[in-house]
Amino acid sequence: MIEVKGVKKSFGDKTIINGVDVDLLPGICNLIIGSSGSGKSVFTKCLVGLIQPDAGEILYNGKDLVKMSAEDKKEVRKEIGMLFQGSALFSSMTVEENIIFPLDMFTNWSTKKKMDRVNEVLDRVNLKGANKKYPAELSGGMMKRVGIARAIVLNPKYLFVDEPNSGLDPQTSGLIDQLIKEITVEFNITTIVVTHDMNSVMEIGDHIIYLYQGEKEWEGNNKEIIFSKSKKLNEFIFASEFLRDAKDMRMLEETGKISNDRNMAQLTGRDAPTLVPPPSSEDQQDK
Amino acid sequence: MKFFAELGKFLLMIKSMFSKPENWKMYWREFMHQCAEIGIGALGIVVIISLFMGAVSTVQTAYQLTSALIPRYTIAQVVRDTVILEFAPTLVCIVLAGVVGSKIASELGNMRVSEQIDALEIMGINTKAYLVAPKILAALVVIPMLVVLAAGLGIIGGRLAGTLTGILSGEEFDKGLLAGFDPYNAFFCMVKAYTFAFIISSVPSYFGYYVQGGALEIGRSSTRSVVVSCVAILFADYLLAALLL
Repeated sequence: MIEVKGVKKSFGDKTIINGVDVDLLPGICNLIIGSSGSGKSVFTKCLVGLIQPDAGEILYNGKDLVKMSAEDKKEVRKEIGMLFQGSALFSSMTVEENIIFPLDMFTNWSTKKKMDRVNEVLDRVNLKGANKKYPAELSGGMMKRVGIARAIVLNPKYLFVDEPNSGLDPQTSGLIDQLIKEITVEFNITTIVVTHDMNSVMEIGDHIIYLYQGEKEWEGNNKEIIFSKSKKLNEFIFASEFLRDAKDMRMLEETGKISNDRNMAQLTGRDAPTLVPPPSSEDQQDK
Repeated sequence: MKFFAELGKFLLMIKSMFSKPENWKMYWREFMHQCAEIGIGALGIVVIISLFMGAVSTVQTAYQLTSALIPRYTIAQVVRDTVILEFAPTLVCIVLAGVVGSKIASELGNMRVSEQIDALEIMGINTKAYLVAPKILAALVVIPMLVVLAAGLGIIGGRLAGTLTGILSGEEFDKGLLAGFDPYNAFFCMVKAYTFAFIISSVPSYFGYYVQGGALEIGRSSTRSVVVSCVAILFADYLLAALLL
């Protein structure tokens, strides 16, 4: 578990993170969402120690990352895996060399044991047989999966995932989300996902933190998010007419009040979507 | 003011390199890789430059020494000392600043922009120690070797040019080569080589490591690193000459 207490970060006069408190829990996907410039990237970099916060505590199992020495920080980082937005694979190395790199650096395992582990994680991310390929030969989705394989090869306790679906088609995005979810549960990892993708929010958002102008505006899960009263969150999440309609339909499903227009209006603040009756057999014959 | 801020940041980078390696074997592997990259990668250009620089020295020295009172073997003496004192360390290192420096800056810059350096940091690796230190150490080992090679080839080039064009015979050249040789010159040459090797590797590492932006910025930082390295080499060249000669 990662406990974040009153983290603040400013660059010059501009405050980017303004006292965020949150507990990031193990075995579930913790999603950090927010519009561009809301501070989620800086917040995530503070969490992994790439940026030093001005104030606050970031506790990894009770140990404060902010006050740790460089050597202690290195020890904590050995328990962290991270998938970057652009995958950050070493371009001069093959898939196999990319994944074996952390094992070479931090273990004294035999070559056979390391290769077995590489094949195991490649199999886990459905990339069996891709060992000798270079990153330039891989598709965006495959690169993400190699990134995940490299991130989990040392059995991390914490997995950070930055924009896992950027540049991917919806189907591949779904597969990556599913993979992240499965790995999180399977290895009981504290997973932190930074995303803009609403499909991810709805599919894997076990614990969602919405940041707005450097502050935690809302916290909940993917069931609660559609009932949120936060105007800012609703404007961010349900930004299009299509998504607002989808939200209404989900609310109808969740509350079972399909025919009660007044309740819908109360809950959503909008009129219920017009339900179009299915075409009758006579209509179809006319056509 | 900005100069001092950059200098401070540069010195902090150098200081941060000194930490216990996470895995000696991996660091050794990286060091050897850099030795091959810098040494083998620059070998061809060093050989060509050295041979021609020696040849040109012989021809131009002969052109200037027109007096019959000066023995012909003096040409070899002048060529020897010019090559050892100036051409081999300075000219070769200026060229290496372009060849090796731009490569180091663009490699690190690309790693920074594509978040590969962040990925290594997250793994718990001291990236300054793992990425920068092996480059500097490799340069300190390999570049002085290239300078010694350049000095040797420069003299051979000078001898070839002298004998093939009939400026002086091989015996005359060899006589001049041995006449009045001061070993201190060779020592001075090595002091220069080590100093320039540090500049050639550390300055581009700094510019590459701290690059911000995209492909355009990588190109700019690479160019800037070469310019700064060349100026630093010339400045250090003068400083060493003033202090040690």
